[in-house]
Amino acid sequence: MIRASLRRIWGLIYRHVALYRTSWPRVLELAYWPTLQLCIWGFTASFFGARIASTGAVAFGLLVGGVLLWEVALRSQMGMTLGFLEEIWSRNLGHVFVSPLRPWELVAALVASSIVKLLIGFVPAVLLAWLLYAFNIFSLGWPLALFGANLLVMGWWVSLGIIALILRHGSGAESLAWSLLFGLTPFSAVFYPVSVLPAAVRPIALALPSSHVFEGMRQVLLHGTVAWGHMAWAAGLNAAWLLAGILLFTWQFHRARVRGALIAIGE
Amino acid sequence: MDTIRVSALSKRYGETLAVDGIDFAVPRGATVGLLGGNGAGKTTTIAMLLGLLVPSAGSIRVLGHDMARDRFAALARMNFSSPYVALPQRLTVLENLRVYGHLYDVRDAARRIAELAEELEFGGLLHRKAGQLSAGQRTRVALAKALINRPELLLLDEPTASLDPDTGDLLRGVLERFRAASGATILLASHNMAEVERLCSFVLMMKRGRIVDRGTPDELLHRYGRDDLEDVFLDIARSRGAAEAVR
Repeated sequence: MIRASLRRIWGLIYRHVALYRTSWPRVLELAYWPTLQLCIWGFTASFFGARIASTGAVAFGLLVGGVLLWEVALRSQMGMTLGFLEEIWSRNLGHVFVSPLRPWELVAALVASSIVKLLIGFVPAVLLAWLLYAFNIFSLGWPLALFGANLLVMGWWVSLGIIALILRHGSGAESLAWSLLFGLTPFSAVFYPVSVLPAAVRPIALALPSSHVFEGMRQVLLHGTVAWGHMAWAAGLNAAWLLAGILLFTWQFHRARVRGALIAIGE
Repeated sequence: MDTIRVSALSKRYGETLAVDGIDFAVPRGATVGLLGGNGAGKTTTIAMLLGLLVPSAGSIRVLGHDMARDRFAALARMNFSSPYVALPQRLTVLENLRVYGHLYDVRDAARRIAELAEELEFGGLLHRKAGQLSAGQRTRVALAKALINRPELLLLDEPTASLDPDTGDLLRGVLERFRAASGATILLASHNMAEVERLCSFVLMMKRGRIVDRGTPDELLHRYGRDDLEDVFLDIARSRGAAEAVR
């Protein structure tokens, strides 16, 4: 039973491996945005760093660290959502959903393939940060694993929400794959603390795991200490949002079977 | 035991009743044709049998499993082919079949793929991308995907639509040999009446979401006083009520 389940999950992962193995534009696209973002923000930070001697180095670390870590969430979400969209674009959903593949196995396969895609996009950006700016993301130490894990999971639940909306509204909701999480950037306190935001917006920011992750990152870089409170909030919020994402996906998957959307989606 | 047992099955989309309280059973090893004009409810019925669509009312048992509660156990033992559902075009034929070998947990999938490639005559296409295949080649590969798990129940939605007579004949021959060798059950929706006469031992005629007549091809020909099923089909399609009374 478990072996058959793992094999079905591998079947869908293999489908993405086969797709990317022979499509260099797709592979290039995975690394393109993280690298571009890093270059823009890295050179901007270098420019200001050279002029503000007292705080320049710290500001540089905060900006480049923010860029790299935020890419974890963005790539995690896009890798998973685009994996689902690939099935729609190839009009293959009908075959996938009449196979014995369970919905949770589909999600597991999308999650696994999103991790692979994240690594392909993230590793070149990390190397480039080290080569161009001598910024080593691993200087954050072991808390980096906590930050990365929380942002990875955030990408997954946002993706589950987007997939649920695609199941509900069809391919008209596709653009959310590129825009939804990017639209949360101002509330995620990636480059500035939550306290900078207007008071009315702060509850939104504090409801997102990402804002706690970046507050935690700043505390490590500025004070060299781990903000356990923020880490606990990030993990707790992720658990709650992930549960909400799973429930929404499950509900919309069922509704799609009621409405016949699994047959018509992508047409 | 029946492979398919459908009771009081309905599907409603808002005001439209796509399938209207149909009942039928398909015995194990039979090849049954599901016929009807466009919009008769054939594809909706097949989608419900596959678990893609939740019925508004009624029940479906496939291979002894209640599709409302235990559809995945049945799905592992059945398969489906339609020219209207594509395989990923950027994957090669071999990669596509490997994916489905994994999804259906096929043992010794490489050997099974080689067998199917030989029988369906696409051995030379295994490393070609699915998007580069002709319509006939795509249909052969789609049928290979549908046979990869040696299904006990095969659902086919217009399997030979838009094929040349030679390729259509090849596919019909493969289906006949597969059924004879495995004892599988086949439910076939088709507009090709010659195909239905050749393959099907029993026919269900659908119109406006209802089964309006049923029987062996010979019984239907005799009942309507016709020489071929095409004329029977036209009689039913053009009737305005008499046929609907037959349930």
